[in-house]
Amino acid sequence: MSRRNRRIGTDLSRGQSVLRGIVLTIGAIVFLFPFYYMIIGSLQSEPDTTLAGAFPNPANLTGHNYAAINSRINLLSGLVNSGIFTAGVLIGTVVFGLLAGYALAVLQWRGRGVTFALALLVQVVPFQLLLIPLYVLIARNYGLADNYLGMILPFAINSTAVIIFRQYFLQVPKELFDAARIDGAGELRLLWRVAIPLVRPALVTVILITFIGPWNEFLWPFLVTKEASMQPLAVSLANYISNVASSTANPFGSVLAGAVVLAAPVVILFIAFQRYFISTDIGSSVKG
Amino acid sequence: MSATTGSARQSGAGPGTGRRADAAGATRRSGTGPRHPLNIRIFGRNPLGWLFSAPYLVFVIAIFAYPLGFAIYMSFFDYFFAAPGAHVNRPFVGFENFVQVFQDPQVLQSFVNVGVFLVINVPLTVVLSLVLATALNKVVRARTFLRVSYYVPYVTASVAVVGVWLFLFSHDGLVNQILGPLAPHPSWLSNAALAMPTIAIFVTWKQLGFYILLYLAALQNVPNELYESAATDGAGRVRAFFSVTVPGVRPATVLVLLLSTVVGANLFTEPYLLTGGGGPNGASASPVLVMYQQGIEQGHPGYAAAIGIVLVIGVLIIAWLQNRFAGGRES
Repeated sequence: MSRRNRRIGTDLSRGQSVLRGIVLTIGAIVFLFPFYYMIIGSLQSEPDTTLAGAFPNPANLTGHNYAAINSRINLLSGLVNSGIFTAGVLIGTVVFGLLAGYALAVLQWRGRGVTFALALLVQVVPFQLLLIPLYVLIARNYGLADNYLGMILPFAINSTAVIIFRQYFLQVPKELFDAARIDGAGELRLLWRVAIPLVRPALVTVILITFIGPWNEFLWPFLVTKEASMQPLAVSLANYISNVASSTANPFGSVLAGAVVLAAPVVILFIAFQRYFISTDIGSSVKG
Repeated sequence: MSATTGSARQSGAGPGTGRRADAAGATRRSGTGPRHPLNIRIFGRNPLGWLFSAPYLVFVIAIFAYPLGFAIYMSFFDYFFAAPGAHVNRPFVGFENFVQVFQDPQVLQSFVNVGVFLVINVPLTVVLSLVLATALNKVVRARTFLRVSYYVPYVTASVAVVGVWLFLFSHDGLVNQILGPLAPHPSWLSNAALAMPTIAIFVTWKQLGFYILLYLAALQNVPNELYESAATDGAGRVRAFFSVTVPGVRPATVLVLLLSTVVGANLFTEPYLLTGGGGPNGASASPVLVMYQQGIEQGHPGYAAAIGIVLVIGVLIIAWLQNRFAGGRES
């Protein structure tokens, strides 16, 4: 494999590979610059939109924007709400997703094929079709508005995770399970002692891709939380952008400070675990 | 109890004990029905599978199947909100909601807007993600750094990056400062002709990392021999890209087309925040934004559900056409 790659590499003329490097680097700058600008902008006491403003200027640096946004939307309570919302989805996905993935890969039961087909189908059901009925059911009929359960329910089990778990469990040799069964282990014990330790990388991948969903979700929690004390950070920051920001002294500074606080946990988590964000896993899961 | 008998039976028929498994198979085939307990005939060899999948199945029924049916039901009624438990009479209106969808200028405008969005976003997404994935696939130095930079916008909350784009594209923002006299008037997001294209560019930038990821996975399945034989036939890099890479990743292209169309039709956060609720004058209102305004703000969920159904039928037609023309014969 590596030998072939090298051979392909030498097929490229030097000029072409330099050109490719330049294109990719320019691309990377286009993708990263807004994040850099987010941090710079959040630290400016006066918004400086000139080209010079894109570079840190010691005379114009301040942490005041963070205090300003914190006084209007409680950043800590927003982070806690986002955390509870995300943790609920993660627990539901890991616990029930592992059980379903195990049943789909290892156990023989009638309805297995149909359940797998459902897990695939569910991923292409557009949310806009479910939006209104889910709102009527959860927020109105069940009275779960301004409630963590109401936020979590529509995302409780991530179907992509079920499929990733199934994919990994399928790769475990059947003999391992059979041997443990002969020793008298029950299925739950088998899942806990044999299957889960073998698919630990899948667990990290699933946690990573599941985390992104609820932490960044805006529309649904925006619909079901009207009380400021219950809103995840994405919702309170969005409300700040659309209602409050224009009436403040340095609207961009405080908006960007809030954006940094909202973005930081995911970006840090993602960079730390980026090697688990692997193309083959996620690609195969989407394709089924 | 039934669980243990189920697993015992299965281990008996496992591959380790070939002869016994054959014997068991033979008796199963000859002796029909009565040999197996009723629960195994209904639930299969390992009924525990049902138990393990039950929470997920309940979830799918409660969150997808039932609301889907409810949306269709609602769209035929003049549905309105009432206190929980209150008995109210919601009149059946037949296709009236659907007729209204096609007569409401606000809704028609939003469909045109999302059409403009898709025409810009979908081709740009396919071309850029395929080209960047092809380049990334061959790069050796700084591979991790480059990949991470392309994925970062995808993993970050839309609400957070919208803040920066508002800053960059504001009237005297950095983009206009650089453009100088070339800057559009009125500025990007308050310009009726430019608001939707700017949103389309934003979403392309934001989502591109995910599609690069899909293409990178697909590129691993293109056999290297094809590139080698293309090179022996004297094909250059560009030629090889069009005659080997593009056909080789066709299934992924179909998937990227489908997903970017579905995601695009779901557009809500960006027009809500970037252009302050679909402005100027509804020029960037998306159908989901109109659904929110009609269904929840103004209390006509039946009508909003009808808009959603029309939108999804539109997406299905587009997806079918894409599959027809981009899918090729084998898929």
